[in-house]
Amino acid sequence: MATLDDVASPKAKRKLTGYWLILPGALWLGAFFVIPFYSLISASLFNPKGSPLTGYNMSWHFHNFVSAIDQYHAEIIRSLVYAGIATLTCLVVGYVLAYAIAFKAGRWQNLMLVMVIAPFFTSFLLRTLSWKLILSDDGKVVSFANWIHLTNVLHWVHLTSTDDRLLATPFAVIAGLTYNFLPFMVLPLYASLEKIDIRLIEASSDLYASPIRGFAKVTFPLSLPGVVAGTLLTFIPAAGDYINATLLGDPNTRMVGNVIQGLFTTQGDFANAGALSVILMVIIVGMVLVYVRTAGTEELV
Amino acid sequence: MSQVHEAPAGVSAPSGSRDLILKQLTKEYATFTAVKSLDLVVPQGSFFALLGPSGCGKTTTLRMVAGLETPTSGTIHLGETEVTYDKPYRRPVNTVFQNYALFPHLNISKNVAFGLERRGVIDVKRQVAEMLELVELTSQANKKPAQMSGGQQQRVALARALINKPEVLLLDEPLGALDLKLRRGMQLELKRIQTEVGLTFVHVTHDQEEAMTMADTIAVMNQGVIEQMGAPNELYENPKTTFVANFLGQSNLIGGEIEGRDGDHVKVRVQGALASIPTDRAHSESGKGWLGIRPEKVLIAETGQPIDAPGDVITGGYITDVSFVGVSTQYMVKMPWGQELMVFEQNTGARRMLPVGTKVDISWRPEYAFLLDASQDAKAGIEEE
Repeated sequence: MATLDDVASPKAKRKLTGYWLILPGALWLGAFFVIPFYSLISASLFNPKGSPLTGYNMSWHFHNFVSAIDQYHAEIIRSLVYAGIATLTCLVVGYVLAYAIAFKAGRWQNLMLVMVIAPFFTSFLLRTLSWKLILSDDGKVVSFANWIHLTNVLHWVHLTSTDDRLLATPFAVIAGLTYNFLPFMVLPLYASLEKIDIRLIEASSDLYASPIRGFAKVTFPLSLPGVVAGTLLTFIPAAGDYINATLLGDPNTRMVGNVIQGLFTTQGDFANAGALSVILMVIIVGMVLVYVRTAGTEELV
Repeated sequence: MSQVHEAPAGVSAPSGSRDLILKQLTKEYATFTAVKSLDLVVPQGSFFALLGPSGCGKTTTLRMVAGLETPTSGTIHLGETEVTYDKPYRRPVNTVFQNYALFPHLNISKNVAFGLERRGVIDVKRQVAEMLELVELTSQANKKPAQMSGGQQQRVALARALINKPEVLLLDEPLGALDLKLRRGMQLELKRIQTEVGLTFVHVTHDQEEAMTMADTIAVMNQGVIEQMGAPNELYENPKTTFVANFLGQSNLIGGEIEGRDGDHVKVRVQGALASIPTDRAHSESGKGWLGIRPEKVLIAETGQPIDAPGDVITGGYITDVSFVGVSTQYMVKMPWGQELMVFEQNTGARRMLPVGTKVDISWRPEYAFLLDASQDAKAGIEEE
């Protein structure tokens, strides 16, 4: 039975199309972000007297944050420092690599890109474990580092605890982080460098800029979106990582991820674990906001 | 605008002291030779155009002068100074790039200031302000290039190069991306600025009209070599090769037998008629030749009717096509030997338009014809677009 409503319905349907398209994304976010986020926040406010066996009371116990910072501030700072050093190392190494791939690789370009991505085909855990072999005490890397006195230098800057080994030191953890997150730096940098019109670099050279000044004034500023994306993609997961510290470090290199993992899984202290997770999240979001503001790449985020 | 009137270093010196001189300049790539042993002198202070179809080597030549490309052999001199292997950032040469290559992250005044800042010049602000005034962009100084129109970007690119007062300013198809009307305006503007600042301009283009409008001297390039060089009217009136005859305007080329020299003329037998060409316009004196006549130099009349100012005459053609172009009418005339000739006639109103099929005679003044060696391809330089 044709009514006026039926005639009008195609228009109404079209109006709803947008919402239908949003629905899958919204459901996903709801199930995997909003609900866990809510449960994490509430866990951070549990009464610490409970236990996984007896259950927890959500008692708006804000003191959890104070005690978490009090007990674990060393790990928090260590995580930020390790992640920061790893990110800077990634930036330097990754920039050179991305620059080479974008401008100098010629017909090897695709092969080099594949080589950057290839490590992802093996397990993260396996790759990190193999660093144990590489840095092992009687290995060739250690003896070479000894020979060129790298071990002494690292010890002098407090990146190792003794001057004859590399494994189970901050150096090993940072090296692991750098290695594991390097592709996350290289790929956005490459994407941004590759987009740069080569004629702009020629123009800078034509306008009296030496290669170094041309890089500083033209190439680097134009690659800033890649730098920002790459550093974020490296720093954020590196700050929360616990695999590298577990496998390559020792008790003195525990990062905040290790603490949270321990609290949740072995100590069953959900309240402190939740509080610590929220603290880490707030710190990182705060740093990212400040960073993106200063870098001035509005179009990125 | 003092810096515009201020003579850049070297201009006050005797003319010719800072000419741009290319000697046997060659650029070879793995699979082809882009520029073949090019010899060229661009007089200081002149507006010089390198004209040729795409792929003729004109841009490669320009890039070698800018230092962006290293020659395989040969030398580049600026006056006495050799600059062949100097880095681009050490040469007193600036380029206006084809797509402007403005720095997208810098605003207009920063773009214009770029060269001066790199050289540590003091007083950058004042010079930038003056330069922006010259190109009429003062109000746009804080905009980014992406916020500007093509014509404005073009002027920024010009200002960015010009502010450095280079000894040679290179322009790589600078007007190619502009629409026709804007291009006409910019052509006059560029010419005005060049006259005002007195720098040597080397302008690369494939647009023959643009080259003729702007340049004092044109070098027509083809396949890595210069076919002919000279003032625009000289090249147009007296081309030496079929390529120049066709690339610069249009030509009717009629095959003939050269009978030889007779006083200050060369006699050619074309399809039964005898034509004579002044020796300075005859670029071959024996064997087979191409008799060339520009379409507007061909006079046309109905068979039996008088032709005004007749010269050499050929009869027996008939009109196959007529197109009215406003100021003139273009006729295609099929000649008895099957060739179609093009004729432009001014619409002076002296006679009505001749309809298709009309039997006509054609004629031309011998002093406007030219004679080329028939070993060349008569279709060389005709653009197929």
